[in-house]
Order: sequence, then structure tokens, then C-alpha cells
Amino acid sequence: MKGTVIATDEFVERQSTVSSKRIGTHWGWFITAWSVAALVVLPVVAVIFLAFTGHDGGGSVWTHLAETVLPGYIATSLKLMVGVALLTGSIGVITAWLVTMYQFPLRRFYEWSLLLPFAVPANVIAYVYTDVLEYAGPLQNVLRDLFGWNSPRDYWFPEIRSLGGAVVMLSLVLYPYVFMLARAAFLEQSAALRDVSRTLGCNGFQSFWRVALPSARPAIAVGLALSLMEALNDFGTVDYFAVRTMTAGIFNVWLNMGSVRGAAQIALCLMVFIVGLIWIERHARRRQRQFGKGDQFRCYRRPRLTTGWGWLASLACFLPFGLGFIFPVGILTRHAIVYFEQSWTDRFVEYAFNSFTLSITAALLTLIIGVLLAYAKRLDRTRSVQHALKLSSLGYAMPGAVIGIGVLIPLASFDNGVDAFMRDTFGISTGLLLTGSMAAIIIAYVVRFLAVSAGAIEASLDKVTPSMDMASRSLGENSLRTLWRVHLPLIRPGLLTAALVVFVDAMKELPATLLLRPFNFDTLATNVYQYASDSLLEMAALPALVIVVVGVLPVIIISRTIVASRNEV
Amino acid sequence: MSTAKKLLVTTMAASGALAGTLAASMATAQEDAGEVNVYSYRQPFLIEPFLKEFTEETGIETNIIFSDKGLTERIKREGRNSPADVVLTVDIGRLQELVDQDVTQPIEDETIESNIPEQYFGENNEWVGLTSRARVFFTSVERMEPGEIETYEDLADPRFEGRICTRPASNAYNVALVASMIAEHGEEETKKWLEGFKNNLARKPQGNDRAQVKAIRDGVCDIAIGNTYYYGKMMEDEEQRSWAEAARIEFPNQDGRGTHVNISGMALAKHAPNEENAYELMRFLTEKTAQSMYADVNYEYPLNPDVKPSETVASWGDFKADDVSLAEVSSLRRRATELINEVGFDN
Repeated sequence: MKGTVIATDEFVERQSTVSSKRIGTHWGWFITAWSVAALVVLPVVAVIFLAFTGHDGGGSVWTHLAETVLPGYIATSLKLMVGVALLTGSIGVITAWLVTMYQFPLRRFYEWSLLLPFAVPANVIAYVYTDVLEYAGPLQNVLRDLFGWNSPRDYWFPEIRSLGGAVVMLSLVLYPYVFMLARAAFLEQSAALRDVSRTLGCNGFQSFWRVALPSARPAIAVGLALSLMEALNDFGTVDYFAVRTMTAGIFNVWLNMGSVRGAAQIALCLMVFIVGLIWIERHARRRQRQFGKGDQFRCYRRPRLTTGWGWLASLACFLPFGLGFIFPVGILTRHAIVYFEQSWTDRFVEYAFNSFTLSITAALLTLIIGVLLAYAKRLDRTRSVQHALKLSSLGYAMPGAVIGIGVLIPLASFDNGVDAFMRDTFGISTGLLLTGSMAAIIIAYVVRFLAVSAGAIEASLDKVTPSMDMASRSLGENSLRTLWRVHLPLIRPGLLTAALVVFVDAMKELPATLLLRPFNFDTLATNVYQYASDSLLEMAALPALVIVVVGVLPVIIISRTIVASRNEV
Repeated sequence: MSTAKKLLVTTMAASGALAGTLAASMATAQEDAGEVNVYSYRQPFLIEPFLKEFTEETGIETNIIFSDKGLTERIKREGRNSPADVVLTVDIGRLQELVDQDVTQPIEDETIESNIPEQYFGENNEWVGLTSRARVFFTSVERMEPGEIETYEDLADPRFEGRICTRPASNAYNVALVASMIAEHGEEETKKWLEGFKNNLARKPQGNDRAQVKAIRDGVCDIAIGNTYYYGKMMEDEEQRSWAEAARIEFPNQDGRGTHVNISGMALAKHAPNEENAYELMRFLTEKTAQSMYADVNYEYPLNPDVKPSETVASWGDFKADDVSLAEVSSLRRRATELINEVGFDN
């Protein structure tokens, strides 16, 4: 198997012992990584703190919850997870496999367009589909006219506001995570590997099932984990559909029972849940590692599918793209045009600018921190930095509003601490420095999205064989210069993808922005929400459309990068 | 450029961007003499019209933060440096939460006290009500006779099996309604009532109040529960007018304790930095101009007795409101949520 090494742990450990002996202990990296991780994990610590000391609104809620709604919350969350995993997994993997391996009509178009639903916020797609599919919506009206039905008792139609509806809505905008990562993994796989499997007698499907899929598993698992975490943390969609997941439970306890403490406790349970999920996955693939030199895909010629199969493949790719992008965007565009006069304000440019500035800053910061953590982990094989990396990703396992509160606590304590100190010492009040500033929002984004960026960077970095480090170091470069001259250029596609995914995610972020923002400050997402939360979808359509349009460009760049990585590396 | 330098430059660029945004946002947070800072649980498009009027009248600029969750926590954490002056919110529970979390101070002002009736003041004047909304029945014009359903208690009557729609009971307005039932009948009876009510539902609780009226138009159910203002808003919207026309408003419990009402209100933040301007704004909010605007924009009932509700609102007719103390309703909120969970109303 030319160019690909599937190594056992033993082999890797032998290699890395060699490398760490030669490289030394890297205290600088070690300390920086841990400090950054400690800072990023502070908001999570703040939520833990709330779980013990927060306002409890008159007594513990646990006994009551455990006896009544909690089992339901957990069961619903589990069902949601299974549903989203199955749907995002199958859509993502199948379409990624098709566009990577076969030639069929419109293949090149789907290569990038399949990523587009990622730019659509989950709550927006839920609003749009509900409008169309509910009883009063146009679709059921047409059906009633056609068949002469008069009331909902005359026929059966799937209820969009249901667990199943939530699974479909979330999957339609989350499958691109799986698609993106699976496709990158398939592209990185050696064509030789597949050729060998074919010579050994596998047919196309077997080659996929027995060779390509298992070796792409780590990437697929990361994609699935990301989409599952987003699904579990989603509040907008499940609230709109009255699907009672653990996240819905957090808000019920917080807002109706007045117990911040109880809410923080459920949030921690949710986090344990998610961390457990990640751990199981990592544990399952801990014995598997591969390094590629990445020069093999170039010589792969995609077999052309016969006309019938080709169009079938094309249709399979069109479905998720059409349902997740074309359709919702079409409806939004229609509303945006009809209601343009009412919804357009001059402040739109300002909203777009705010969204853009916040997202780009968050993307850059998560990128820098992600590289730092991932590289420190690579240098340090004692596993200690590995824990720092995991710890700093915990923010992704919490709903946005909870992270918002979590960010608020340390920031406000810091500001008030500085203020008290300055008052006591110099008699000047510094007031709130960070709380209520854009910095607070950016910090929340970093805490929330670092997992996405660090994960992607770690995955790319892991694919660079350790012999690269050794070669560079033996030629006299230090660790910093090795990172800059060897690793960063090698993982450039991974870096760009990481930054862009965070950018798009930040563009869509709502709850933390809503809570932490300065006075008179709106982003596109908060502007959508102010109307959508009052069921004025028509007024919300224009800003929602702008989010999608701004998000589409980065998504196209991500796709080009993935394709380019094949030709360049 | 050496590697270290390049790294440094990248890091600096990023932190520069951060510092820039920080400076920009601090500039907006800076306090001038003529400002008042509003933390609002209500959407900006609802409150902006009369805030604008306020600025025109007084020259005092208003700054707003809107969020539908967590503002109480934010004020609490910001502590004595919090820029918040006035908090605007709906639902008695939210007002009480502000007091419970100790982020308010008493509102002491003769004008305000003379404008708003005493029963709409919190204990120690920690909050003041501004408008009210009634939780009424919307009944099908086609399939229901007027007066066929008379009381909240009737919602549990087997006569109406499979004919009622509501948003989830965990919603603040329904929680307050259930709390008022506990105040009237006690826990045990309320629980039985909730069970009967659940049994009468045409579908799993979902959507907002508007969606329930739509469901009546669609023939999904015959009776829905909702706040009065939704009706006004639907009449305003061309597309939704047909939904509203399919239903009529009926005020429950007119022969008994009266219809359950909830309020929107305001509180003065504990460490309000612009206290004088805050009072200026709060007085303004209780006076004629703002009261009628506040009430009209969202079809609510002004609490200042000298101000008449808008024509649309008045056309729904007079009604008797339940005069149970709002403080009591609010204190029963948690118990109400527990009962709702116990009967699994939203499941």
C-alpha cells in the first residue's frame, strides 16, 4: 500500500518516544497550552459554580424533575440524537462518496453546493417549513383542493411540529458537517488503497464498505459529533416545535421555576452526556491511526456512471441540497421581496458589519488558539496537553444562552475586581471594561466554537507524519519554526476550513449574542430573532437571507479548498 | 521576516481587531449626562415608538438592550457597575424574579403613584405595572355558540373533549393562569383540572397564541386560549385577518372572579447610574402619551385609568378582571410549573 501507513499504537508510540526524546519537553508550549485552556474553560467552571450556588427559586428541583419530566427530556434527547445521527450520517457519507468517487451529471456543481445548507440557521429553516407544511400552509391547501378533504380528520399528514420534524430540520442544515469531513477523508485516501481492494476482489460497494468507510471513520465521527452537539444544544427549533429535549428542560427550570441552580445542573448533565459520547467514540478508534503522504488521489480517474445510475446519483445529491437550501432560500427571497419596503432599514449595513466583524475576529482567534493547542498536544506526548485540549472544547457542549451566563460571571467579576481595586487604590472607577462590550461576545464565540476549530486542526495535524517533525528538527529548526515552515503550510486547507466553519457558525449564533451585547447593538441574527420570535417571518426574511448570502461565500471557499488540497499537497 | 515575527504579526492583527471592536463598543457604553439605559425583555420594535417620543420630548437619549432571557442574571453579575437604569418586561413572574434576585430598588414618585392604581405596584414599589392583557378564549364563530364555554374551569369539562388548542403550558402566560387557578382552588383541584384540560386537547400543545387561532380557522379545534393582543395583531395583518375572523373573543369567568390578567411592567435597577433620567422615563411611561402608545402598538390595556384603550381594543367589550393579587399569582408560579410537569401536560 504505497504511501499510506496504517499503524498500530505500538508503532506510533515507538516513533513518538523517539521524537520526544530528541525534541525535549517543550515547557513553553506546555504552559501556554494549559493557560489558554484554563481561560477558555472558565465559563464552563462558572456554570459548575452556578450549579452549586446559583439562585434556586425556593428549594431543589431534582426530586421533582426526576419524578416527572426529566426521564422524558432524556428520552427525547436520545431519540433526537439517534435520528440526527442516522440522517446526517447517511446523507453526508453517501453524497460525499458519490461526488468523490464517481462521475455523473452535475457532479462538480454538487461538490460545493451540497455544503450550502450549512449557511442556513436551523431556526430559520424550521420557521420556513412550518409555514409551508402546516395545516394552513399552501401544500395542504392544494392537497385539500385536489382531493376534496375538508378537515384535518379527513386525512393524515405528517406533523411538522414534532420530534421527527425537528430531526429532519436539524439534519438538513447539519449534514454538511459530515459531508465536509467525509469528503475530505475520502479525498485523502489513497487511490492505491482502493485499487488494491478491487484487485483483491471487492466490488465498488464492498470497497466502500470494507475499506474506504472504516478508514474515513475518524473524520465521519468528528462530523457526526459536531452535528449531534449542535442538535442537542439547539433551543430555537425544539422550542418552536415544542419538542422537549434536555435543552428545553434547562430553560423550563430556569425561566418558569426561577431556578438558575437547577438549570445549571441540567446543563452539566447535558455536558456529561456529550462528553461521554465523545469519549466512547475516541475510545473506539484509539487503536487506529494513519498517516498519508497525500499525493495519491491525483491519479484517480472517476468511473463514469451509466446514464440511469448517473441521474439517480444526481437526484440523490439534489435532494438534500434542494430541501436544505434552494427551497428555504426561495421562500425567504419571496418574502424579502414582497416585504422589502417594511423590513429594509438603513441600519442593515450596520447589522451586517457587526455580524461580519464579530465572526471574522472569532474565526481568527479560534484559529490561533486551535493551532496552539493542537501543536502543543503534538509536541507533548504525556497526554497532559491532550486533556487541556479536551477541556477547552467543553464550551461546545452547552447551549448558547448557558455559555452566555457562563461568560458573564468571570468577566463581570474581573471587571468589578479591577474597578474595586482602582477605586481603593487610586480613587478612580473603571466601571465595566469587558462586560457589555463586543469583546464579551467574541469571548463567548471562542469558548463555544473552539471545539470546531481545534478539532479540525487537530485532525489535519494528526495526518502529518511525525517523520516530518523529525526531519525538520534534525535540520536544526526549533519547534516554532517547524510549526511555521512545515506544519502550517501542510495543513493550510485544514486551517482555512476551521476558520470558515467558525465564521459561518458565528454569523448564525443567537443566544449568547442576544444576552451579552452592548446597548443599541444588533447583528443580523438578533434582527431576525426580534421578528421571528413574534411570528413575523415575513419581516425576518430579509436579514435571514443576508445571513445566508454572507455565509454562502465562505462555504464555497471551503469547498474549493478541499478540492484544491487534492491537487496541491 | 522571521518566523517568530510573522507569528507575532498575525497574533497582533487578531488582537488589534479585538481591541478595535472593544474601543468602539466602549465608546457607545460611555455615559453622557442626557441618557437612560433600558434593559428590555420586550422586542425593540414594540418599545421604540414611544422611546423615540420620549427623546423628542425630553432630549434624553435612550439606549436599549433586548434579550428574552438572562437580563436579570446580567444585571446581577454586573453588580454596582451595571449600566442598567430601567428594566422593561412582560409577565408578572419576570418582574418578581427581578425582585427575588435583588437587582431592583423601590420606585418612589408621586406622579407614578397617582397614575397607576395601587394594585399594580409590587411590594415596596419594587416594580410598577404599565399595561395589562387578558387571557381569554378564542372560540370558533362557526362551531361554537357565544357563551357555550364560560369559565376556565370548563376547559376540563368532558363536553369539550378533543376541541381545545393551547400553546405549551410551560409558557409564562399559561403558568400564570395555572397559578391563578391554584390561588382560587388549591393545588389538588388544580391538578385534577389540568388533567381534565389535557384530556380535552385537540393536539399536543404547540406554537404561540396566534397559532391556536389559526388552528380554529383550520378546523383543528373549536376553543383556544390566548392573550387579547394577539387578536388585534392578527386583524392588522392582511393574511392573518381571516384567521381572526374565524374566531371571537370571549372573556372567561364573568359571572365569578373575572378573567385572568397579566401585566407588562417596569423596574428601577438597583444601581441605576442615571437615576434622575430613569425617573423621567418611568413617569413618561405612566402618562397619557406613552400609555396610549404603549397600549396601542401592542393592543394592550393601559393601566392608567385616565387613558382609554384603543378603538380596536375597546371593541372587544368591557370585562371584569380577576382581582387576585398578582404577587400571590407570582409566588405560586413554581408550584404551577410543578403541577404542569406532574400531569405531563406538554408531553
